[in-house]
Amino acid sequence: MPKRKDLKKILLIGSGPIVIGQACEFDYSGTQACKVLKQEGYKVVLVNSNPATIMTDPEFADRTYIEPLTPEFVEKIIKKERPDALLPALGGQTGLNMAAALSKEKVLDRFGVELIGVDIDVINKAEDREQFKEAMTRIGLYVPPSGYAHSLKEALNFSRKLKFPMVVRPSYTLGGLGGGVAFNKEEFMEIVTRGLDISPKSEVLVEKSVAGWKEIELEMMRDKNDNVIIICSIENFDPMGVHTGDSICAAPAQTLTYKEYQNIRDAGIKIMREIGVNAGGSNIQFAVNPENGKVAVIELNPRVSRSSALASKATGYPIAKIATKLAIGYTLDEIPNDITKKTPACFEPSIDYVVVKFPRWTFEKFPGTDPSLTTRMKSVGEVLAIGRTFKEALQKSIRSLEIDRYGLGSDGKEDIREELLNSKLSIPNQDRVFYIKYAFERGMSVEEISSYTKIDPWFLFNIKQLVDFEKGFKCEDIKDITKERLHEAKKLGYSDVQIAYLCNTHEDEVRALRNKFNIKVTFKPVDTCAAEFEAYTPYYYSTYEAEDEILPSARKKIVILGSGPNRIGQGIEFDYCCVHASFALHDAGFEAIMVNCNPETVSTDYDTSDRLYFESLTFEDVLNIVGAEKPYGVIVQFGGQTPLKLALRLQKAGVNILGTSPDSIDLAEDRKRFGSMLKKLNIPQAENGTAMDAEKAKKIAKRIGYPVLVRPSYVLGGRAMNIVYTEESLIDYVRDAAVVSYDRPILIDKFLERAIEVDVDAVYDGDELFIGGIMEHIEEAGIHSGDSACVIPPFTLSKKIIGVIKDYTYQMAKELEVVGLMNIQYAIKDSTVYVLEANPRASRTVPFVSKSIGVPLAKIAALVMTGRKLKNIDFKRIDPTSLGYYSIKEAVLPFNRFPGVDTILGPEMKSTGEVMGIDRSFGIAFAKTQISTNQVFPTSGSVFISVNDKDKDAIIGIARKLAQFGFNIISTKGTGDTLEEKGIKCHKVLKIREGRPNVLDMIKNGEIDLIINTPEGSIARSDGYYLRTAAVLHNVPSVTTISGASALVQGIQEMKYNFKVKVKPIQEY
Amino acid sequence: MLEDGKLFKGENIGCSGETIGEVVFNTSMIGYQEILTDPSYCEQIVTMTYPQIGNYGVNSVDVESDKIQAKGLIVKEFFDYYSNWRAEGNLGDYLKNYNIIGLAGIDTRQLTRHIRLEGAMKGIISTETEDESELKKKIEGYPSIIKRDLVKYVTCDKPYIYNPKKGDYRYIIVAVDFGVKMGILKCLDWEGFKIIVVPASTKPEEILKYNPDGIFLSNGPGDPAAVNYAVTTIKELIGKKPIFGICLGHQLLAIALGAKTYKLKFGHHGGNHPVKNLETGKIEITSQNHGFAVDEESLKDIAGTGCKVTHLNLNDNTIEGLKYVDINAYTVQNHPEGKPGPHDSRYVFSKFTELIKNFNN
Repeated sequence: MPKRKDLKKILLIGSGPIVIGQACEFDYSGTQACKVLKQEGYKVVLVNSNPATIMTDPEFADRTYIEPLTPEFVEKIIKKERPDALLPALGGQTGLNMAAALSKEKVLDRFGVELIGVDIDVINKAEDREQFKEAMTRIGLYVPPSGYAHSLKEALNFSRKLKFPMVVRPSYTLGGLGGGVAFNKEEFMEIVTRGLDISPKSEVLVEKSVAGWKEIELEMMRDKNDNVIIICSIENFDPMGVHTGDSICAAPAQTLTYKEYQNIRDAGIKIMREIGVNAGGSNIQFAVNPENGKVAVIELNPRVSRSSALASKATGYPIAKIATKLAIGYTLDEIPNDITKKTPACFEPSIDYVVVKFPRWTFEKFPGTDPSLTTRMKSVGEVLAIGRTFKEALQKSIRSLEIDRYGLGSDGKEDIREELLNSKLSIPNQDRVFYIKYAFERGMSVEEISSYTKIDPWFLFNIKQLVDFEKGFKCEDIKDITKERLHEAKKLGYSDVQIAYLCNTHEDEVRALRNKFNIKVTFKPVDTCAAEFEAYTPYYYSTYEAEDEILPSARKKIVILGSGPNRIGQGIEFDYCCVHASFALHDAGFEAIMVNCNPETVSTDYDTSDRLYFESLTFEDVLNIVGAEKPYGVIVQFGGQTPLKLALRLQKAGVNILGTSPDSIDLAEDRKRFGSMLKKLNIPQAENGTAMDAEKAKKIAKRIGYPVLVRPSYVLGGRAMNIVYTEESLIDYVRDAAVVSYDRPILIDKFLERAIEVDVDAVYDGDELFIGGIMEHIEEAGIHSGDSACVIPPFTLSKKIIGVIKDYTYQMAKELEVVGLMNIQYAIKDSTVYVLEANPRASRTVPFVSKSIGVPLAKIAALVMTGRKLKNIDFKRIDPTSLGYYSIKEAVLPFNRFPGVDTILGPEMKSTGEVMGIDRSFGIAFAKTQISTNQVFPTSGSVFISVNDKDKDAIIGIARKLAQFGFNIISTKGTGDTLEEKGIKCHKVLKIREGRPNVLDMIKNGEIDLIINTPEGSIARSDGYYLRTAAVLHNVPSVTTISGASALVQGIQEMKYNFKVKVKPIQEY
Repeated sequence: MLEDGKLFKGENIGCSGETIGEVVFNTSMIGYQEILTDPSYCEQIVTMTYPQIGNYGVNSVDVESDKIQAKGLIVKEFFDYYSNWRAEGNLGDYLKNYNIIGLAGIDTRQLTRHIRLEGAMKGIISTETEDESELKKKIEGYPSIIKRDLVKYVTCDKPYIYNPKKGDYRYIIVAVDFGVKMGILKCLDWEGFKIIVVPASTKPEEILKYNPDGIFLSNGPGDPAAVNYAVTTIKELIGKKPIFGICLGHQLLAIALGAKTYKLKFGHHGGNHPVKNLETGKIEITSQNHGFAVDEESLKDIAGTGCKVTHLNLNDNTIEGLKYVDINAYTVQNHPEGKPGPHDSRYVFSKFTELIKNFNN
């Protein structure tokens, strides 16, 4: 049956900001959906609050609303656009929850909007654990015994029946948010309480734990003719008990016989039919008891998911694209397989390689949080690696992570603490795989390690094989290594760095020896069919085999280096830039070649670039690709620090780096060189110095005076950046920082207190400068730019200051000989403009700026890097300092994932994502960002105010306004006294240490709707800390800066008194 | 070494020595034990496209016949170490027990592509010599799979009753064994048939003597055109009893009726082929293992049988199922039992019950 002709306009829901559990995989799926719908001739209306997505590029939809993803706002959009249908299943859990809410509120009925791709019954049956359990029981499948609780008491009743350990899962949340495994009553009560709170329906499922069973996932599709196919099976290295997002996974399943696999496949098909998914994809999780093969059904997600993105990249089968086609009426047999062209999409991919997914965590950003891995997802990103064997893929995945490891150990970076061995094996954690290897080195057996870890012995055996190989391979002199041995090592996935370590030499020597022996890397395609048919899609991975399948191409090629796994500080924004570069270069007639290893991204979609290499971004791997492709040049400035770090070495190896030269990049990074450049240009900079050791650091700090801002060089996202107020903490810092970045000095700057921070993104071509955005931060300098809200155009800066900023930007671009993008951060204090730093590369704000002004900065920059001049490129030359509307970016923070971590913002970046709010009114634009981040924006109720002494003057105006708006003001004694002195009425409440009932009780009782609390300095575990963490737990909006509070007040004012908050697509700004 | 001189060097697994056969590939990612024991692989050396084989060991249940039928096994990475709760031993010993020679550590994707581009061909695995001309000579001296009767190697010696203890049954059928897979007999058994299995050379009158309600033509190895005696037998059975055939049985019935078969370039060997049921419009993901196919053109010549194509392979539009309305017969090319492979097509077994019921009425 062909596509539906009765539908004309389709509303698509994006997944909003990047959060843990819901990352850019939904940009990937949503972008595919947009493309399909447009190609099929539908009018596409898109809602997503996340500006860093490709899908929100104006050309991907007809009407793009960057508006809050709340039922109220989506209703406004529906009212305005009157779409015929709503497609929610590509927007993750956000999409499904939205569909459920809109249906419940009868919005869909009222406006005659049809849900396509998934219906409400399916959502309910799949999401509601009770209904799901009933459905599974009906078709004779086993579900671990469980019960549903709406209160702690109910939950405790169940706990008496089922024995510990038990899993607690809140209904309608994603990534296992709020859930966990409880081994005793105390833990149980804690998790249940949190879960009840977090679940939108105040429901938790209490379930008998199947921890330790094998975890198997199936990615499936079903069409309206009841054709069901399995795209991919995934077996988790880490057994049940660790959230699948935090598990190392292998595809296809490795340790199932045909019989067990087909049992699961049959069960999967039955489940799809019973739940009724009839036009789309689903992910089903199973647990298999390794003792007897008993299969338990864990859950089904009736939508595309992180796993389906993984399965798509692992097999080459475009699940999101096909799911969209099914939603508009096609059946599987009517859709061709893009990769083989000749065969239909209705088949099950067969693969002839092994795929390993490895999660990327950032526990170092959240000191004090529990680093063990549980059923609650904590990773912020992941990599995928493809090899011909599990061993090869595992090693490749580890070196893709960019944690300064080059494979499974043996790279000279071991950090093993023997005394922790047993606990590191038995309690899942991010280093477990390294400890497993160490355990083998210590002589433990597969069986012993398996009994500690519950990991399948087959996986462990593979690690043992590596350990055994190394024993025979290790040598004092690499000259002893034969060609065969070296080739074998490469086949096992060893990087040159590891081989160098094992043979006591340097990486370059290993490469030279490989060349001498003529051991060549080979590239194989991902073709969905294990070579049974010819593949047309140029999607490759490297391995060491006999045959290389790279086809020669005579076109002029440019390699774009991607940004690797998502992590805090380097995420989707850089992928956005890489994708734009690829599009622009392709359109300009180049062959665009993408290199990246992040399966969640648009850049690793097989039809984004002319060629795709799913590879690690290490020097060795990039040089291998350059060797195979012989490109005209390589672009390093779009992928964040990852490729930038390689620039100098690649250039030395003879690679043509396009755009700003590696020397200029170094000039900007090298404080000394940069400082003298600024001096020469007569541009002010906060006083600073560079220290290699503690003594030097002390001297510098004394010279420039405390507080000082300290950080290592060459980092992104303010990793390990800190504001230091005393000499003692400075010394502590210097000692710890050595770990962060080897051979790199520590930078010390005078910290400009209470300065306004400004970010500038610009493109320079050698002659002309185009400033895309001058962004004024709402939070003052000292809070990482990635974590602070910023506004285009500047809302408090004078024309004169803006003039100075423009002038400095031009001078620096010229002096640094920038070709392409640059980002400069300024601080303005007492009308002086200081330069904080300049980065001749794409910045995190490029997508936000591009969306705000409607000019694709990254595309323009890519063209400039190929030698085009700005004057020869056609784009709107907008003045970003006068726009007639405000565009605001706000950071989204992951604190709800890390209970116990202080939510105070500082110079180290902690946010995972961002949202944008756009409106003619500053207040409403800001309010929109707050609604997008918190879902709630109180315009009445009770506000709790408690500020430090420095902020007491500034809070008065804010409190007065809030009182005028009708807020009931609650305050602690100190702040309260100040307010009362000024005639502002407030209720006083006890601080936590003053007794009870105190403010914490009020938060817990839901008596507070808004918190304004500025930190009191460095007293650990102060009242403020408990307050802020309680606020996170109970989802009460909380502001920790005065500037944030003033913006909030403006927002409340506008929301309260401007009755018509409007929605408008970015195409109309 | 392959027939065209292409050489692959790897490590020996299983037994050492020499083996010659037609080199084919199978794209199933799991199910190596079922594949090795499938009689249809008689005289063939199987290359597994999935690179890691042996992971879950072997057991005594997941077999399709009483021994390894394939003449050799080629894999990328071989595991003697296994992990599975049902496993009883490792694959290496299993190969040795049945004197099977295998090759590991080669670029199986390269080999697969070679076969895809050049077509299936003979090959030799040798641990004896590296002398290329000697190897080539040995291959050349070995008979081709075309026009060769392989059924005689795999059929049973004498008639037997499958599952003799079976009490309840609805119908008795005779299964003509051209190399029948245990999985197929199991499926027919589950369907409620009492099954008398007879050797391929059994005369038609002997078959009819059992007075069966239906006749099943099994799968089997090799070129259907070479099994003349079976064709002669089938000709005598047509119309007299309801007939159901799978794979080789499907091809033989078509030939017996006057249609033709031809050799596919590299055959269908895998567990992921989409087949469209033209009667229901539904797609089945199927298990496939055949090197020959029924020629659609030639069906015109047998229009008198009420012949109708019921199933098509969506990958290459070859015939996957035929129905002969006027003679009460139907056949499928794919393996509805799976083993290894999906179970989407298992319904075709119950069609046999229906057919017999209608015939009796």
